[in-house]
Amino acid sequence: MSRIVRIAAGQGFWGDWLEAPRRQVEGGPIDYLMLDYLAEVTMSILQKQMQRDPLAGYARDFITQMEGVLPAALEKGVRVVANAGGVNPRGCAEALLAMARGLAHHDRLRVGVVSGDDLLPRIDELIAAGHELAHMETGAPLSTVRARVLSANAYVGAPPIIEALARDANVVITGRCTDTALILAPLMHEFGWPANDWNRLASGIVAGHIVECGAQSTGGNCAYDWSTIPDLENVGFPIVEVAEDGSFVVTKHPGTGGRVDVHGVTEQLVYEMGDPREYFTPDVIADFTTIRISDDGKDRVRVFGVHGTPPTDKLKVSIAYRDGYKAVGTLVYAWPDALAKAKEADRIIRARLATLGLTFDLIHTEFVGATATHGPLATIPDELPEVQLRIGVRGNDRKAIERFTREVAPLVLTGPPGVTGYAGGRPKVEEVVAYWPALVDKSVIRPSVSILTT
Amino acid sequence: MRVRLLDIAHARSGDKGDTANVGLIALRNEWYPILVRYVTRERVTEHFANVIKGSVERFELPNLFALNFLLHGALGGGGTVTLRTDAQAKVYSSAMLRLVIEVPDAEAREAGLPEYRA
Repeated sequence: MSRIVRIAAGQGFWGDWLEAPRRQVEGGPIDYLMLDYLAEVTMSILQKQMQRDPLAGYARDFITQMEGVLPAALEKGVRVVANAGGVNPRGCAEALLAMARGLAHHDRLRVGVVSGDDLLPRIDELIAAGHELAHMETGAPLSTVRARVLSANAYVGAPPIIEALARDANVVITGRCTDTALILAPLMHEFGWPANDWNRLASGIVAGHIVECGAQSTGGNCAYDWSTIPDLENVGFPIVEVAEDGSFVVTKHPGTGGRVDVHGVTEQLVYEMGDPREYFTPDVIADFTTIRISDDGKDRVRVFGVHGTPPTDKLKVSIAYRDGYKAVGTLVYAWPDALAKAKEADRIIRARLATLGLTFDLIHTEFVGATATHGPLATIPDELPEVQLRIGVRGNDRKAIERFTREVAPLVLTGPPGVTGYAGGRPKVEEVVAYWPALVDKSVIRPSVSILTT
Repeated sequence: MRVRLLDIAHARSGDKGDTANVGLIALRNEWYPILVRYVTRERVTEHFANVIKGSVERFELPNLFALNFLLHGALGGGGTVTLRTDAQAKVYSSAMLRLVIEVPDAEAREAGLPEYRA
């Protein structure tokens, strides 16, 4: 029988189910545990944390979760690959080692740290050298918002993770890398796939795409026949069983809830998709129109036939910058005439803001229970039991946003009747952190790997 | 015959910047050609006319019996900037499933499509 590598996904974003990593390690045989913590906006939050505390800047949940997972993982030889390092992979590794010193088998721990994705200290040097870091959609050069940049990280691919694994790391911690590299790298390491084996690399990318959002491929957030998906309170996170030729089966541990079928896996394949013929990664361009998918028994879906082509010479860069302020306030209006009353309250707030002479980039109103999710496409019954007025403002004038936060609660005594739900207090003013996607030449990014032990 | 997408397809949606993607998948493989023929870029543009600010792109995935739509200018500036409840386009999928297409009776009967009466 040919060899199979089993990779389990234990976290689809920072804030995902805390129990999942431990359940993946204890629920059955796996070779790797992959944990994805970093969404686009996460890096800027972590950068702010590190500015306040130089020891912070990584996903702290990772340390807590590893406390429950690490002894069993080290004993069974399960290796962990996680992008928990955020903007401080070294700090994350040090925290892991400090925690692990009290655990069984800690002498076996070898932590591989991947760094080099952080471009924040290099932005001016890069711009001076002619790298515009232009916005991928608008084309504007980064210099237009340079002073407000909070974080800048290149999405690195599989090679540094492979290097860490080749140097016998059993926990690999990265900063910003592609989610899919967390899956592809162990496969390239285990099977020795060459870096130009485009079809097998593309297959690894597809495997990564399917499992990187955790239980979204095992029955979570699944629209197909959703009400019959069993036992979601006990949902099993996805596992890919990959063969040497790159084909793989998506499954989950026996005895767990949820469902793995062609319908659900197909939903996940089209999630966050752009042009399906060109799924760009730094390692390979995968063609999602070549994917073949078939039923392989209960809670098993087979994926094969994926084609890939060489990547470009660019890396994507994720940049976050300050872009003003926002606040959102809510009130709840009850039957009768709930929607009409909420609309009247909205009109009154807007009129008062105008009288105060306040200006905003945007005032946005939603009527939750009526049109908040589908807007004018929604069909609204004659009688609604209740409607939540949700009004938000955005702009650069912090004082104006703060004044807005004082204009919501007064509606309780000065507006239409039948209003409640204001007990949460005044809306909070939040700083807006905007996202600036850019490309940079691959040649200027030099990821590095170091190995740490207890 | 009027046919509602909710009755012949399922969907999942997500975001990329200010763009929403909606993957639309036929509930039965033999209904995929119906999606290709009648859920056109033009029809979807019309459906979302008062919802999104930008244009619509459509891609075909016959291997998955699915279409992928990109709805540009759909999120009020995108993920962290937007004031929308649906900041990350999670429920654009079901907004798409509200779309009602018109299929010639003979073709609809032959394909066994469920009629939408409303």
